[in-house]
Amino acid sequence: MVKVYTSCVIEAPAERVWARIRDFNALAQWTPFVADSRIEGGLPSDKVGCVRNFRLKDGGVIREQLLALSDYDYQCTYSILESPMGVENYVATLKLTPVTEGNRTFAEWWAEFDCAPGRERELARRIGEEVFQAAFDSLKALVR
Amino acid sequence: MIDAPIARVWEVLRDFNSHGAWHPAVGESQIEAGEAADRVGCVRSFFLKDGNHIREQLLALSDRDYSFTYCILEATLPMRRYVATVQLKRVTDGERTFWHWESTFEVPRDREREFADLVGRGVYEAGFEGLRAYLRRGPTGVRAAPALPPGEPLAGQAVVATAFGGPEVLEVRPVQAPAPGPGQVRIRQTAVGVNFIDVYIRRGEYRMIEPPAAIGMEAAGVVLDVGPGVAHLLPGDRVAYACPPPGAYATVRTLAADPVVVLPEDVAEETAAALMLKGLTAEYLLHRTHRVRAGDWVLVHAAAGGVGLLLCQWARALGARVIGTVSSEEKARVARAHGCEFPIVARGYRFAEEVRRVTDGQGVEVIYDGLGREAAAENLESLAIGGHWVAFGQASGAHERFPDLAAKSATLSRPVLFHFTAGRARLKEMAERMFGALRSGTIRVEIRHRYALVAAAEAHRDLEARRTIGPIVLLA
Repeated sequence: MVKVYTSCVIEAPAERVWARIRDFNALAQWTPFVADSRIEGGLPSDKVGCVRNFRLKDGGVIREQLLALSDYDYQCTYSILESPMGVENYVATLKLTPVTEGNRTFAEWWAEFDCAPGRERELARRIGEEVFQAAFDSLKALVR
Repeated sequence: MIDAPIARVWEVLRDFNSHGAWHPAVGESQIEAGEAADRVGCVRSFFLKDGNHIREQLLALSDRDYSFTYCILEATLPMRRYVATVQLKRVTDGERTFWHWESTFEVPRDREREFADLVGRGVYEAGFEGLRAYLRRGPTGVRAAPALPPGEPLAGQAVVATAFGGPEVLEVRPVQAPAPGPGQVRIRQTAVGVNFIDVYIRRGEYRMIEPPAAIGMEAAGVVLDVGPGVAHLLPGDRVAYACPPPGAYATVRTLAADPVVVLPEDVAEETAAALMLKGLTAEYLLHRTHRVRAGDWVLVHAAAGGVGLLLCQWARALGARVIGTVSSEEKARVARAHGCEFPIVARGYRFAEEVRRVTDGQGVEVIYDGLGREAAAENLESLAIGGHWVAFGQASGAHERFPDLAAKSATLSRPVLFHFTAGRARLKEMAERMFGALRSGTIRVEIRHRYALVAAAEAHRDLEARRTIGPIVLLA
């Protein structure tokens, strides 16, 4: 099991950041790498169990399922059903915590997954930096 | 949010008895029965500085999760069932630490708000600030606190205006800096900034003192001790301030702690003394009163003066085109070297014609005017339609009335630095931006004029005779 953990501080109140990201179908609106996204089967995009089917700007297609969503905890958990990355049992959680000092947001994003032996480091780096951190950077600029 | 790696923060916090060293509200503390301070079950017994006594027990501690939980066993405060958890988390984007401190407790029904505030601010937020200050002490965490007999006044020297008048009224006199009271700090000052406002105050034009009284608005030095309720400073911190009341021309001083900021390691005390008042002024003028944008035409008066040089450099770095007025060719050269594209050697406050020529008849978007009355008509004439006239000083005398702004659909501001520096959060922001600009080389502080503190009268003579260029610092 590989674990990845990325966190950052966003200079905006948690509810404003959450408003941007709670929509499970909104990746194209706040990450730099998603071209377009749809929810399969016409389900609402905040219904636990719904599947987002999105295309990356580099052409890859990923299907992810929403496992949990809490507006109270500003937190959502999802798994990967299909992806070109070569990961198995991938479960990730994105969580915001309000910082009382300065009305900012502490944002965390972590994932656990299995992969082919020897690819652990490369995948952990790619997911931690090129996915999570890159998305955080783009989110920071959007909510400023 | 703590600007230190999680391991560093945890190293301090995992010691259940460390709060006596870093928490500003905690006095003497000890672990009962000689137990280890990281052993679950141990009890810390401590006094708050307000006299209350508390016993707390460590219920859980996890080095893997960077977290511990504790409860109050006994307190001279009416709190029951108090259980608190401290949890640290890594900020992977930059080596910082997120500190979560949460508790539940019961108090008499009508006092819930009072205690939520006491715990949230007085304990937790004050603790955050206290730990930040503690970690600034360096890797050993040992305070470089000079040993002072508590409660004793400290003898020093100050430069006092014995009456209103010329530089000759300034005299060196012995003074006593009292032990700091609630919200106060006592500083051993090493460098003091000289500003034109000191001259106005000495002459009695700004009635901010009743002679005999020390003058001076800014200084830097080292904290000797702090009074109750001061969380952001510790003995040994290098600090600076720019604020009323006057009295900065002194070797030791006790004053309100709120306007005092901690210096970054790379900023010398002499630089800070030269920069605080003028740099914070430039910060609010360029970023708050008027937000200068790239391509703006900006007119800076006294462009080779302390504030003038900072405005020229900073406005240029923001992409503005800077016109400046100066009183001599030599000052014109200095202003040009600091980003002033078009220095005008203005005689008798005549500059509008030249400003309009340089700007192709358009005028400037903003005027930073420290000249006052004598230049009023020329200023209005120099302004573009819809321009902003920022009158922040009055070297030639106070404005009696401003000319008709409708002639240019102009906006007039009459800002005062000390309004902007009055809130700690904003002051911190302003100081950070100022020190950032210094670090990046956007602004440079070049001190050409240093005097001993006891020679303050000499410094005033040179300043009033316009013999100085850039900042003047008195060294204690």
